[in-house]
Amino acid sequence: MTASLKASIRKRLSDQFTLDVSLEAAPGITIVFGASGSGKSTLLRCLSGLVAPDSGHIAIGATTLFDAESGRHVPASQRRIGYVFQQLALFPHLSVAANMAYGVPHLSADERRRRITSTAERFRIGHLLDRKPRAISGGERQRAALARALVTDPQVLLLDEPLTGLDHATQSLIIDDLRAWNAAHDIPVLYVTHSHREVFALGERVLVFEDGRVLAADTPQEVMNAPAHETLAQLAGFENFFTATVTAKRPDAGVMQCRIDGTATELEIPLADTAVGSPVRLAIRAGDILLANEQPRGLSARNVLHGTLIFTVREGATVVARVDAGVCFTVHLTPSAVETLHLRQKSPVWLIVKTHSCRLVAL
Amino acid sequence: MDWTAIALSIRLATIVALILLVLGLPIAYWLTFSRWRGKFLIEAVVALPLVLPPTVLGLYVLLAIGTQSPVGRLWTAWTGHGLAFTFEALVLASILYSLPFAVQPIAAAFAQVDVSLLEASSTLGASRWRTFIRVLVPLSIDGIVTGTVLSFAHTLGEFGVVLMVGGNLPGVTRTVSIAIYDQVQGFQYAAANQTALLLLVFSFAVLASVYAILRKPWSVAALP
Repeated sequence: MTASLKASIRKRLSDQFTLDVSLEAAPGITIVFGASGSGKSTLLRCLSGLVAPDSGHIAIGATTLFDAESGRHVPASQRRIGYVFQQLALFPHLSVAANMAYGVPHLSADERRRRITSTAERFRIGHLLDRKPRAISGGERQRAALARALVTDPQVLLLDEPLTGLDHATQSLIIDDLRAWNAAHDIPVLYVTHSHREVFALGERVLVFEDGRVLAADTPQEVMNAPAHETLAQLAGFENFFTATVTAKRPDAGVMQCRIDGTATELEIPLADTAVGSPVRLAIRAGDILLANEQPRGLSARNVLHGTLIFTVREGATVVARVDAGVCFTVHLTPSAVETLHLRQKSPVWLIVKTHSCRLVAL
Repeated sequence: MDWTAIALSIRLATIVALILLVLGLPIAYWLTFSRWRGKFLIEAVVALPLVLPPTVLGLYVLLAIGTQSPVGRLWTAWTGHGLAFTFEALVLASILYSLPFAVQPIAAAFAQVDVSLLEASSTLGASRWRTFIRVLVPLSIDGIVTGTVLSFAHTLGEFGVVLMVGGNLPGVTRTVSIAIYDQVQGFQYAAANQTALLLLVFSFAVLASVYAILRKPWSVAALP
């Protein structure tokens, strides 16, 4: 049975920024999610022993790794914490096999070879062991970096945005292999990312970071679908935020009406404990809004808004459209939808928003 | 041709280059990674021989190893003879004189190594020493070779410091540069010319082969 990682640390980096977190990571994958500069990497550096916190306590199970009061600071080299760096940090002068052998010099030559081969097979790089890092692809390098960290049989694994820059298909394959590995070893894995796609793909649990603090700790579904805070909503991929005033409540139907401030635009939103005449803050995902080029009829969706297309921009596989419907909405479409609907600048359009796609966040 | 002087110069330069390799690595390591606020003082001391006239350095070394100085007295008590005007004194002075030529390229190479590689090494359980030997040195090998070759070549060509500290004793302290100076003073221009040409060709050959090795033209083709 493997032990949990517990940490409660403070680290002041500048006058403006202090990392101040308490967390417990049980065996399994925990996502550490936040914008860049929110303190995620600093947290990993403190946990791994590369940086000493100013105060606090870090332990794996009953073993204390850092304790400010007693002055205990186990050096990084003795923590048995695997660390995969964002830039991977594979040794460029060593082959993949030698990179993997680096962390296990204490094993006998036979045992070392056996462990390297089996770990490399698990991560599908068995055929690349003799290659140098620069002679393999980006995805293979990520696999080699993971295998190098895991061949040492660490007590905890820290991953600092390890899959940045890879296409989604490659990311998913590597994530599957990591999951399979951890099903057998069951150690705490802290996985840092700023991509909400990875949060859903990976996490059993997510810690949301902002300005060096943990804003929320829950399952990805809870945090991402019902964000209690505007920052969380932004991180969770909500693009549209409006301040509105409640105009009527219908408790029997579980809904209420509100008017977006400064406009005549009315929306039906889920009922909340807010008095008529009070302000509310709404968040709507760009991907949750439908777009039509003529007025739709016979819909279950309660909110149909008339507007004008301002512009569209292609971003990867998504087309981002801005629509003026009293206020500006951001809408995500597929390129083929843009073609089928014959959308061009100043086209009249209708926006369709389901009541429950309108989320209330804290003001 | 003064073969004794040439052999002496090569022996001196080889010994000095090897000692500076051993000394230069830890000094360069400290200069690169120390966070001490007074580090600039040590950097200035290491770089001093670059700007100081060799006669000034030579004079201080001579005073420091003279029979009246603690170092000189200790040496005399230990070996039975004085340190000034000996081959050992030349080695000592040359180490000081060529120090920046060894330390600076090595320190520059250390600073070029990606810090995350050193951090990765420690998270993989390696001690600082193992990180130094297995990661830092192999990745800085260009700077280490350059520093060693430069200190060799610089020692080979020195004149002022040798004259001040070693004098001009054939087979003991008379290096090639002193021999050439002697030959010119004695109007033996042909002999001076021959020795000078030999030194020129030798120095060029050493530097050219090092730069050729560091360029590794054959490995460029192997890049993906």
